[in-house]
Amino acid sequence: MSAVELQFGGFGGQGVILAGMVIGRGLVLYEGYNVSLTQSFGPEARGGACGVQLVVSRDPIFYPYVSCPQILVTLSQEAYRKFSPQMRNEDGSILLIEQDLVRPEKIPSSVRVAAVPAMRFAEDLGRKMVLNMVVVGFFAAATGFIKPESAQRAIAESVPEGTQALNLAAFQKGYDYGIQHLPRVCA
Amino acid sequence: MEADPVGVLTGIHFLDGDQACCEGALAAGCRFAAGYPITPSTEVVERFAQRVPQVGGIFVQMEDELASSMALAGAVWAGAKAFTVTSGPGFSLMMEYVGYAAMTETPCVIVNVQRGGPSTGLPTLPAQADMMQARWGSHGDYQIIALSPNSPQECFDLTVDAFNFAEQYRVPVFVMMDECVGHMTEKVVIPSPSEIEIVPRRFTRLPHDKYLPFRAGVDGVPEMVRAGDGYGIHVTGLTHDERGYPSTSAETQRQLVDRLMNKIRQHTDEIVRYEENAVEDADVVVIAYGITARVAMHAVQMARERGVAAGLLRPIVVWPFPEKRIRELAARTRAFVVPEINYGQIVNEVERVVAGRAPVQLIPGAGGAVHHPEDILEAIISHASAEVAK
Repeated sequence: MSAVELQFGGFGGQGVILAGMVIGRGLVLYEGYNVSLTQSFGPEARGGACGVQLVVSRDPIFYPYVSCPQILVTLSQEAYRKFSPQMRNEDGSILLIEQDLVRPEKIPSSVRVAAVPAMRFAEDLGRKMVLNMVVVGFFAAATGFIKPESAQRAIAESVPEGTQALNLAAFQKGYDYGIQHLPRVCA
Repeated sequence: MEADPVGVLTGIHFLDGDQACCEGALAAGCRFAAGYPITPSTEVVERFAQRVPQVGGIFVQMEDELASSMALAGAVWAGAKAFTVTSGPGFSLMMEYVGYAAMTETPCVIVNVQRGGPSTGLPTLPAQADMMQARWGSHGDYQIIALSPNSPQECFDLTVDAFNFAEQYRVPVFVMMDECVGHMTEKVVIPSPSEIEIVPRRFTRLPHDKYLPFRAGVDGVPEMVRAGDGYGIHVTGLTHDERGYPSTSAETQRQLVDRLMNKIRQHTDEIVRYEENAVEDADVVVIAYGITARVAMHAVQMARERGVAAGLLRPIVVWPFPEKRIRELAARTRAFVVPEINYGQIVNEVERVVAGRAPVQLIPGAGGAVHHPEDILEAIISHASAEVAK
């Protein structure tokens, strides 16, 4: 397998970087991949553009940066505008968006799009901040790129003590939604 | 000697370079850190402060980098292995201590996660512009060792090596990271304690009346004692004789500085370390270190795909410089390409060693970003095709 490039973008405070970390950790520790994860964020603690990028490969990775992602996940319109033009326009490219926060425009023809109301699900669970784990669940279902067990283990190890159950519930919500709705969403 | 298991987090991890560096220090037996927070290095000591209560040891957040570095002298002479961590502006403040550590032969490790400069520059973005400062930053003649990791894994491995070099040769040893490597997250494998070779402090076994603190053995390195063990020791930055007492004689100065220089120069072959990739049949050799070596390797692969015989030499130990190998290559290489995230530092060493036998092209970088692999590729091809055109 040649390297696959993943890009996640949103604004600071949405937990975008933790979402990328969880997926990277799951792929490295439980699926034996090489992953180079780099992040970009501004000086602000909240707000401001924020991104995390992963190069995933079975082979050693030299250049650790993403230039044209095959999988793009955006949780803000700003991130969508910034990253979607860089997407690789080829079969298998996937764009995942937060349904209420991103309005896709000018989608390259080969790119499959899937949307999840992650914010609403997180609100239903009582904590808006688990939006990122809903997205991780949806990512696992929509892309098949990481086994749900690997992601779940990585989540349990990555989130603060005492919040595992909530974060895993958020993952499940996103995952189930993806499994149930994807044929329709991806039509 | 094997590593003390209490500091070794054996297993497969997903860590950034800063955290891996901290684990390397703990695995090497470091039990004291003093630091003043500065992006992009803070995570190293943040983790150390978090981990050290489990391992046993001390972290002190000092008032600035002058104090952070000087605190190492106290910790080391009290018997601990110690390090400090900083970035450009703090590194400049540490230069006084670097000379003091070299002069007093205080084994210690200084980590610099390089960011864009000069001055406060670019706190969150990479550069490699402190490479000459590591070598020459303090006044006077002295020798140091500097390593350049290109991945979180190497941030672990080379930090262990840095502590070992420090103990072996009693010099300050630099781990010259950069923001990219420091903040990049990858797989890091931490071996079991029995697989980690540790150089212990070279404590003397001589009785009190026979020990002279700065009398060197055949390798030019004196044995140490712990302050408080009852030995008479005097440690000073002034030129000193074998007893450690100040001296103003030119002969004492010559003997001392000769030894400070030669204990590294005479062991250069044992210290120098580099990695080569596709160099054997290469027309164009790229010389790059740290994160830039990974970008360069990508360019070398692209060149090979286009039928251009390119190779990469990556100094892992940058100081002392791998000049013997580069001199050999200069006899049969058409050109050297040296990308680095500065306006020309290590390239000067390459030029000195190549000495006009082949063109040496710098690809500078101002800091703030790594090179585009295409820029390195273009330089490789230009030298290859210049030859084809002849």
